[in-house]
Amino acid sequence: MGMEQVSHNFLTGRLEDLVRWARRNSMWPATFGLACCAMEMMATGGAHYDQARFGMEVFRASPRQADLMVVAGRVSQKMAPVLRQVYDQMVEPKWVISMGVCASSGGMFNNYALVQGVDQIVPVDVYVPGCPPGPETLLHGILTLHEQVRSGEILQRRGEGRGAGIQIAQLDGQPVAQPTGVTLSPTAR
Amino acid sequence: MPDDTAREAIHEDDASPDPIGEPAGPTIGDEVAAAVVERFPDAVFHDSHGQAVVYVNAGIWHDVAAFLRDEQQFTQCIDVTVVDHLRDETRLAVEGVAPERFEVVANYLSHPRNRRFRVIAQVSVNEPTVASLVDLYPGVDFAEREVFDLFGIRFDGHPDLTRILMPDDWDGYPLRKDDAPARVPVTFKGSPGPR
Amino acid sequence: MNDATQVEAARLERQTDEGAQELRRVEREVVVTGGLWPDEDETTIVNMGPQHPSTHGVLRVMLELEGETVLQLKPVIGYLHTGMEKTGEELTYVQGATNVTRMDYLSPLSNELVWSMAVERLLDVDVPPRAVWMRMLLVELNRMASHLLFQATNGMDIGALSMMIYGWREREEVLRLIETVTGLRMNNNFIRPGGVAADLPDGFDHDVLAVCDLVEKGVSDYESLLNQNPIWIERMVGVGTISREQAIALGASGPILRSTGFEWDLRRAQPYLAYDDVEFDVIYTQNGDCYDRFLIRLYEILESVKIVRQCVAKMPGGDYRVQDRKVTPPPRARIDESMEALIHHFKLFTEGFKVPAGETYVAVESPRGEIGCYLVSDGTGKPARMHIRGPSFYNLQTMAPMAEGSMIADTVAIISSVDPVMGEVDR
Repeated sequence: MGMEQVSHNFLTGRLEDLVRWARRNSMWPATFGLACCAMEMMATGGAHYDQARFGMEVFRASPRQADLMVVAGRVSQKMAPVLRQVYDQMVEPKWVISMGVCASSGGMFNNYALVQGVDQIVPVDVYVPGCPPGPETLLHGILTLHEQVRSGEILQRRGEGRGAGIQIAQLDGQPVAQPTGVTLSPTAR
Repeated sequence: MPDDTAREAIHEDDASPDPIGEPAGPTIGDEVAAAVVERFPDAVFHDSHGQAVVYVNAGIWHDVAAFLRDEQQFTQCIDVTVVDHLRDETRLAVEGVAPERFEVVANYLSHPRNRRFRVIAQVSVNEPTVASLVDLYPGVDFAEREVFDLFGIRFDGHPDLTRILMPDDWDGYPLRKDDAPARVPVTFKGSPGPR
Repeated sequence: MNDATQVEAARLERQTDEGAQELRRVEREVVVTGGLWPDEDETTIVNMGPQHPSTHGVLRVMLELEGETVLQLKPVIGYLHTGMEKTGEELTYVQGATNVTRMDYLSPLSNELVWSMAVERLLDVDVPPRAVWMRMLLVELNRMASHLLFQATNGMDIGALSMMIYGWREREEVLRLIETVTGLRMNNNFIRPGGVAADLPDGFDHDVLAVCDLVEKGVSDYESLLNQNPIWIERMVGVGTISREQAIALGASGPILRSTGFEWDLRRAQPYLAYDDVEFDVIYTQNGDCYDRFLIRLYEILESVKIVRQCVAKMPGGDYRVQDRKVTPPPRARIDESMEALIHHFKLFTEGFKVPAGETYVAVESPRGEIGCYLVSDGTGKPARMHIRGPSFYNLQTMAPMAEGSMIADTVAIISSVDPVMGEVDR
């Protein structure tokens, strides 16, 4: 193979593993703090819980530089289009953690103002329970997501079982812009 | 930079009477309320758990505020809100006040006199309008917009009476008692199967 | 203008976001004429938020700029409107504390306190002294946590990124302390009508004093790091000035009002709980700029430490909640042996207690200013109207005069120094 000429040590492996490893270990979250949970999200980034251990200390202000959106807090009807826009601005591959009961299901606020679960707007990968979830809980959610990334496909989103059987419809009736190579349909795999 | 003398002047009569009026007997025990009732004979004084409240006609809403600000040293209108009494089981009955569905409530605070005062006006659902206090107390700008947004009460003379909390194209006034709470029925989606 | 442009204009109008009335008018002209921005209009309109790193949550700010100078600032809110006042009408008075605590999520205990005090006033219930002092202790701990968080986020906004880490470090210790008492780090639901939910745990005194020392040391670290820091001073001094008259007229309270040389603190002016019996200073400054607001919040931490120490020293014994079975649940152990206790417990947590018809307004000093609760009861177990006067809601209006004429980069410092909590603004 002509390897005799290589003077350095090297390891062989699969490209897929390398990509997963890279994705898992440098997953940058977008700063998307909404309510109480945002405080706990920031606490997770603080000195005591130190998210940097997982390569996640860089909260990116621009969604275009982020891989992970932690929806931290209650999503109001007014915020929903903004949230969707931020999600659309993120580049693939991207993941969503729904942090706290309000984001996951509306929580105790089942009323006119809140979207009852952010999974009606964006596909959710991991739900983190709690009101608000403590930093430990969020870290557990993040590790769960890392495990999903580590064992997942690199070119396709895992359709089935992702989120809660979501049908994504654009709010004003426009068709959803599908990034190439990625399917969001719950049935496709 | 504000000078100290002005501050001291403001604090001069800090030690003046009890901030919260004593329960009133047949006469009005509260001096601000007495002054308001003297100026506006239609106003009705009510002692609400030790707090001085005056019920006025919606027509003199602005005049009372001006009186409180200019002659009674009430420096801040601390809050404006509305109560919808549509579905009350029992309602606080104040003698001399003809109840309407809405009550507009303004809480005033006087820093120099270190006391509070509350003014309440009855507003009917057919003509939900009172005068805006923004020209007297600019701080009620947001509060009046919020009341308009959530209850549909109009404030005459407000410079920018638009929705503030709800989206602009929202239908209805969510905090009214007859507005549907828009509850979403709780459904349990099928749990995702094993992958 | 043909139909198609009209339709297009209408569509764009619908797409433009809420609240930006001025902006929309200009945009319509642009759409109608099909041209660029009108020539005579040299100003630029910039939108900040609602997703923005420095806006403390989901605040959105419209800025009209001429070059880099801010001509006008308009806050647009409502992105976190949760309908809590509606939800509050569907919850019993016992459950109400759970609801209000989620408004100002940086000082949840102040919210619970004002709610409980309002309910107690309608009920004409007096709280036992131990509950009063426990409440004061917890609220002051919470004030420390809230101001420490301000130091962290303010530092981050101005560019002193290490403050972010330092602020969280100390806040974490305070939160852990609160967790040992209330069981939760935030949204505690611990102060309830009639008292508090549980007694202080054993050995709490020792822990509190240890944390007090730690926080004091932290504050002196911040002092030496920031107070004389030339960059810090350059970014803060003289930025976002507001006069006392403006602040009062706009309904401001708390540190913003105190930064204008007005010594006004409800803890001192209209004492509640047992603030009469503790010694502390009201911190106020004269300049009304961002630096002053930073200083006030920094030194209020030390005042809170002072109060906490006195609370620990003077903590009375006795009940931590009213021994009125109609208001407070019976002790857990009694439920097993007493039928009556079981009934009370059941009634209290299903129907709640009934509150006589009436209305009241109660105000306390939260870390951000005057938080008030206007409560109307119609004689049932649920309030007819529950309204919280959030200090941030009013303080937000002071941002406009503060920002006028300043540079766009200063806007971030101004927003940060107002310290708004959007959960409380939008409720």
